[in-house]
Amino acid sequence: MKECKIVSRKFSIEGSHTLEVAKHHNAYRSLEKRGEFTPTQMIKIIKDANLRGKGGGGASAGEKWELMPQDGDKPSFLAVNCDESEPGTFKDRQIITYDPHLLIEGIILTCYAIKSKHAYIYIRGEYKEYQDILQNAIDEAYEDGLLESCDITIHRGAGAYICGEKSALLESMEGKRGHPRLKPKQKEPEWFFGNPTLVNNVETIATVPFIIQNGSDAYREYGTHCSPGTLLFGMSGHVNKPGVYESEFGVSMLEYIEHFGGGVKNGKKLKAVIPGGVSCGVLTARECKDLTLDYEAMRTAGSSLGTGGMIIMDEDTDMVAVLKNILEFYHEESCGQCTPCREGTGWSDKILQKIVNKRGTKKDLEKLFELADVMNGKTICVFAPSVSSVLISFITKFRDEFERAVS
Amino acid sequence: MSFTFNQDDLNKIKELKTRYPSPDALCLPCLWMAQTKEGYISIDAIDAISEQIGLAPMQIYGVVTFYTMFHLQKPDRLQVDVCKTLSCKLCGSDEILKHLKSKDVYVNHVECLGSCGTAPMMQIKDKNYENLTNEKVDAILEELL
Ligand SMILES: Cc1cc2nc3c(=O)[nH]c(=O)nc-3n(C[C@H](O)[C@H](O)[C@H](O)COP(=O)(O)O)c2cc1C
Ligand code: SF4
Ligand code: FES
Repeated sequence: MKECKIVSRKFSIEGSHTLEVAKHHNAYRSLEKRGEFTPTQMIKIIKDANLRGKGGGGASAGEKWELMPQDGDKPSFLAVNCDESEPGTFKDRQIITYDPHLLIEGIILTCYAIKSKHAYIYIRGEYKEYQDILQNAIDEAYEDGLLESCDITIHRGAGAYICGEKSALLESMEGKRGHPRLKPKQKEPEWFFGNPTLVNNVETIATVPFIIQNGSDAYREYGTHCSPGTLLFGMSGHVNKPGVYESEFGVSMLEYIEHFGGGVKNGKKLKAVIPGGVSCGVLTARECKDLTLDYEAMRTAGSSLGTGGMIIMDEDTDMVAVLKNILEFYHEESCGQCTPCREGTGWSDKILQKIVNKRGTKKDLEKLFELADVMNGKTICVFAPSVSSVLISFITKFRDEFERAVS
Repeated sequence: MSFTFNQDDLNKIKELKTRYPSPDALCLPCLWMAQTKEGYISIDAIDAISEQIGLAPMQIYGVVTFYTMFHLQKPDRLQVDVCKTLSCKLCGSDEILKHLKSKDVYVNHVECLGSCGTAPMMQIKDKNYENLTNEKVDAILEELL
């Protein structure tokens, strides 16, 4: 399997989180290129590279950057999403602990392109240990005069999965409860106190220096036509060597698991994989067989690539218990604004508890399908529709197991 | 007991105000300052924050209750956050939770803390402890208690 290290290049270098070591390994070199391009030209490079958002959605970063006004009368802002709460995902954490200067470098470039003078990094409250490392790096960057063109402020969250959703994140930064906002019909930026704001994931921003330094073609040499470049894929669960390993898009999923993860733990057989955080539909071992790790293949397989954090499950895994565990998470984390989501997650969780306790009936399975239907497409954000597709994917793909559990 | 920000805190608040388009944004940062000081968020602290940033106390209270990491009560024992989400569960978090039952700590079940690759895990006072076994938990708690 081809070695690709675009974002993880410095991860294994001792002391790479310090400015001295990072600079020794060519950190901040892309800033020399900044003067060669106008902001608009820089956006074009990112768009030509077809850099896709790495926070789970895979939207074109360049197209989002283009929505930011180049000559508005209001200040523009960048909000870097480091909420990383999607179960199975632990990649942004690697960037801010092993190479925080890469993120800062990406922020400086991005602020230049969208003409922003201030970037915020919204970090989940539970990452205090890593936040301190990142803050040290920012302090070093200030001392070194690197942050003359833009300020960077870390904003600490306080335990709410939903604050990873971009509009909830901004509500939270505005000092409110983290409730997602209704989405406008037309394409527009996000808004922070009424000012145009770009929200991008940590890894997306950390990819920017490579592209600016080496050009969009260099990035497109990796990955597939529609999913160019690389991703910090990860593995957890029943796998020998769990962890985060960067790879280009389009490689075989099973080869990736074998090559980097050393295969399924204890020599057992693979039963299922949740490909990119629990919000992606589950895939059976058979479905994984010829599957490649890119956005399009995952869509075709009826799931999604998500954050690339794969959860591996062996042949002995109880799928009813797994689904119950996931619903518990959703029940806990629904922000409660929309009735179908608030009630639907709670109700499904309760039914699954009943099934786990061996008191479920066939009717309960039907009820779960009904609830999945109610939660789909009738809410403010895509949280509830994800719950819906997760429910359906588990029960249809492991139908036998669920029927046995209720008989 | 009343709550006051000391001069260092006030300087910090003043500096932070220059970093945001509106002082409303200081809500979470101020709550963190209060909780770091006292271990929880008292009603007096909410009033003090309200005075600094101008949000109504009731609104700040509503924010406190939304976020699971803020506490309205002073903790009486060491709080241990144990992840019970999928990757940790697949790797044995049930066992760790059972083991912790016999300890004199407040066991708080939390959702995925981003240590899925080093599961099972727990967090105590902002620090992660990963790849846990019962023996490891014993050693960690012995040191902390
Ligand atoms: C429920 C929910 C949770 C999300 N959590 C995160 C998160 O933790 N981190 C993240 O970067 N994006 C998260 N997102 C996606 C963000 O809304 C947003 O699309 C993303 O940060 C944009 O950055 P990108 O285009 O660079 O990926 C979440 C979305 C939803 C609907
Ligand atoms: S779908 Fe759920 S999480 Fe999203 S806004 Fe509605 S209640 Fe909140
Ligand atoms: S599932 Fe426990 S840390 Fe992610």
